[in-house]
Amino acid sequence: MHEQHVVSPRIYFAIFAALLLLTLVTVQVAAIDLGEPEIFFGKRVPLNVVVALVIACVKAVLVILFFMHVKYSPRLTQLVIGAAFVWLFILLAVTLSDYWSRGWVGGNPGT
Amino acid sequence: MASPTTGPRSLLAHHFADLGEQKDATTLGMWLFLAQEVMFFGGLFLVYTVYRFNFHDAFAAASHHLDVKLGAINTAVLIGSSLTMALAVHAAALGKRKQLVVFLLLTVLLGSAFLGVKVVEYADKYHHHLVPGPGFSGEALHLEGDRARQAEMYFSLYFGMTGLHALHMIVGIPILLALAVKGWRGAYSPEYNTPVEFTGLYWHFVDIVWIFLFPFLYLIH
Amino acid sequence: MSANELPKKNYLNADYGVASWLLTKDHKRIAILYLISVTLMFALGGLFAAAIRLELLTPAGDLVSSEDYNKIFTMHGVIMVFFFLIPTVPAVLGNFLIPIMIGAKDLAFPRINLASWYMYMVGAILTLWAMVSGGLDTGWTFYTPYSTSYSNTQVVIVGVGVFIIGFSSIFTGLNFIVTIHKMRAPGLTWFRLPLFVWAHYATSIIMILGTPVIAVTILMVAAERLLHLGFFDPALGGDPVLFQHLFWFYSHPAVYIMILPAMGVISELVTCFSRKRIFGYPVVALSSLAIAFLGFLVWGHHMFVSGQSTYAGMIFSALSFLVAIPSAIKVFNWAATLYKGSVSWDTPMLYVFGFLGLFTIGGLTGLFLAALGLDVHVHDTYFVVAHFHYIMVGGVVMAYLGGIHFWWPKMTGRMYPEFWGRISAALIFVGFNLTFFPQFLVGYLGMPRRYHAYPDEFQVLNVMSSGGAAVLGLGYFLPLVYLIGSLWYGKVASANPWGAAGLEWQIPSPPPTENFAGQPVVTEEAYAYDTMPQEAFGG
Repeated sequence: MHEQHVVSPRIYFAIFAALLLLTLVTVQVAAIDLGEPEIFFGKRVPLNVVVALVIACVKAVLVILFFMHVKYSPRLTQLVIGAAFVWLFILLAVTLSDYWSRGWVGGNPGT
Repeated sequence: MASPTTGPRSLLAHHFADLGEQKDATTLGMWLFLAQEVMFFGGLFLVYTVYRFNFHDAFAAASHHLDVKLGAINTAVLIGSSLTMALAVHAAALGKRKQLVVFLLLTVLLGSAFLGVKVVEYADKYHHHLVPGPGFSGEALHLEGDRARQAEMYFSLYFGMTGLHALHMIVGIPILLALAVKGWRGAYSPEYNTPVEFTGLYWHFVDIVWIFLFPFLYLIH
Repeated sequence: MSANELPKKNYLNADYGVASWLLTKDHKRIAILYLISVTLMFALGGLFAAAIRLELLTPAGDLVSSEDYNKIFTMHGVIMVFFFLIPTVPAVLGNFLIPIMIGAKDLAFPRINLASWYMYMVGAILTLWAMVSGGLDTGWTFYTPYSTSYSNTQVVIVGVGVFIIGFSSIFTGLNFIVTIHKMRAPGLTWFRLPLFVWAHYATSIIMILGTPVIAVTILMVAAERLLHLGFFDPALGGDPVLFQHLFWFYSHPAVYIMILPAMGVISELVTCFSRKRIFGYPVVALSSLAIAFLGFLVWGHHMFVSGQSTYAGMIFSALSFLVAIPSAIKVFNWAATLYKGSVSWDTPMLYVFGFLGLFTIGGLTGLFLAALGLDVHVHDTYFVVAHFHYIMVGGVVMAYLGGIHFWWPKMTGRMYPEFWGRISAALIFVGFNLTFFPQFLVGYLGMPRRYHAYPDEFQVLNVMSSGGAAVLGLGYFLPLVYLIGSLWYGKVASANPWGAAGLEWQIPSPPPTENFAGQPVVTEEAYAYDTMPQEAFGG
């Protein structure tokens, strides 16, 4: 049996401050055009999207680890969360690989 | 999720060996439920991603119509409600009855504020004929033809995703109120506070969905 | 307790009255509720199948109009897939057996278990209501844009029904995973679990992580019809192929939701009736997990001709072949278990042999369809129909019936009549092959599925198929009669009529409400037939 882990409220306030800060950063960065360099297999990658996504992921991880106590949870809980995100990744990545490769030479003329 | 009580006298359901096993089981069940929720929203996020890349310009134009300031304020409000929720769980774990009720009610308040702002935003879309359907018009966005229809797709996703998110909050708020009433009556103690803990997990999950929705819908350039 | 008398107090007579059943939290009673509802839905789906085969007796579309035919095959598919094949083995046998097999008193969440059955019923009633108020003609796949923009049938009602039954499935899976993780008896380590439990564990993973995707997809279709939100509408630039991705992300793994529990049944039966340990236990156990995982990487093989990128098609094709590996591992290990076993020919074992042959044919023809080039030729023909019926009916239904016969004495306390059991198993095997083997041929010759008329040269094969369907129908009807009859006239069953290993055979038939008098402790692996005392072999 796992005793409930009691986290100091100070950590909650610190996380709250970090989340607010990251929200501010993501709004500010969105106003600057970071360009679309060709850095991924010759594909143009809009950096604004990458930054927004990274910030959102960091925020989500902070909420999961501290507000939801996953940092202190048993392995099995962490495995369940990991599995959910792996499956989400499969859904997104495999479907997008279809859209990604539709324009390739010899492929179907796609959208 | 299932409350593990079978009645006020016995907290232990007959088919579990002890309270520890019961707590472990219900916790795993709650997390599996949340895993299911990840995939549920995942389908919508996939649809969003595909069309966002296909119709980038129309999505950007449509996104500019959204009020970034309102969206950012709402993000802060929801993060704040997550903080008060975490503090409510903390209070429950320490058996602080009054603190628990105060933080639960604050969570309800912030959640309702979020929904209130949402109503204002929805009303604005309605006003500008940006609700998908026969009444949709790209005029407010200065778009016509294919671009206008792609913007209609954007607003389909906007309403679909924020609507489903709001629906989750509308489900959460009465649960929070019920917890506050029970908490006031002293139902939760350091030994037994699972319902508060699980509602907290649910509420944080809803917060995480919004953490992604905000940049995806409001910050397209 | 004397041999010809039921135990005085068991889960069936613990309480009387309709309310005691409709409000029960006992996993065994809920399994019986599912057994009844699933059987009714199977019969209904079977009636639609009969209508299809009647229409296809003659080349002309003379019995029903093409519109009605669309509705008939759609309702056949919807009912059989969502209301029979997906829930049948987990909800009936899994519900009844998993807690007992792991030495627990009940599933982890009995109330959620009952709620799952109610969700099943609400979904079923909505679907039946849709059926009598206009039907559905989209095919069970709900493909857009037909389902969203054009069909004038009850897409939304059936969609809501499927949405609700989806959550019934999710909560069943959730219940199983928690129960298997947290409630195993002392000494019952993971690699001592019966393979039936492993199979249901793998199935539950698919239920929890796959089903929500179809739920939200159906929700989007409903929102498109009701609220004009245009997720897949080509007029707004929407992509119907995107719908297919989302649909098959669930619906391909759903095939494994159906077949994995059936494989679990086969593992139990094949060991008991060859009186041997399973060959290669860990590999059989882990191959279930491998199938569950790989099953999520192959959905695009349903979309080879949809306009999906050729490169994606190639990857999906290659990955599809991989699923054959864990499936073949299972078949080879069952065959190796039979080798030098003392094999007996009781009814459940006849179903096992039926399963092994038919599932193998179904699996191998699946490789034809996974091959990108060949699939273009046979796509949307009766070859596909034959293939998945060999898996679904030849595989799942065979294993389900085998399991029902095997555990019937445990569930009811009565034996079924062995003679009639064997007759019906043989009828089903013969009828099945006569129905579906000709469909491979007629499909390969080019007969497309989902039409009510066909060229004259296909008639002979279609008549064979319809004739086989009549035999098959009789084969399914017989158990319905003799199993119900056995409740009154069947021989009273002992606690362990098969001399089988496993915790479920160590408690009375039918079991008491709390399953075990005390907490059982497990000291050895599953299927320890070689170390079992000789008298247990009596049967």
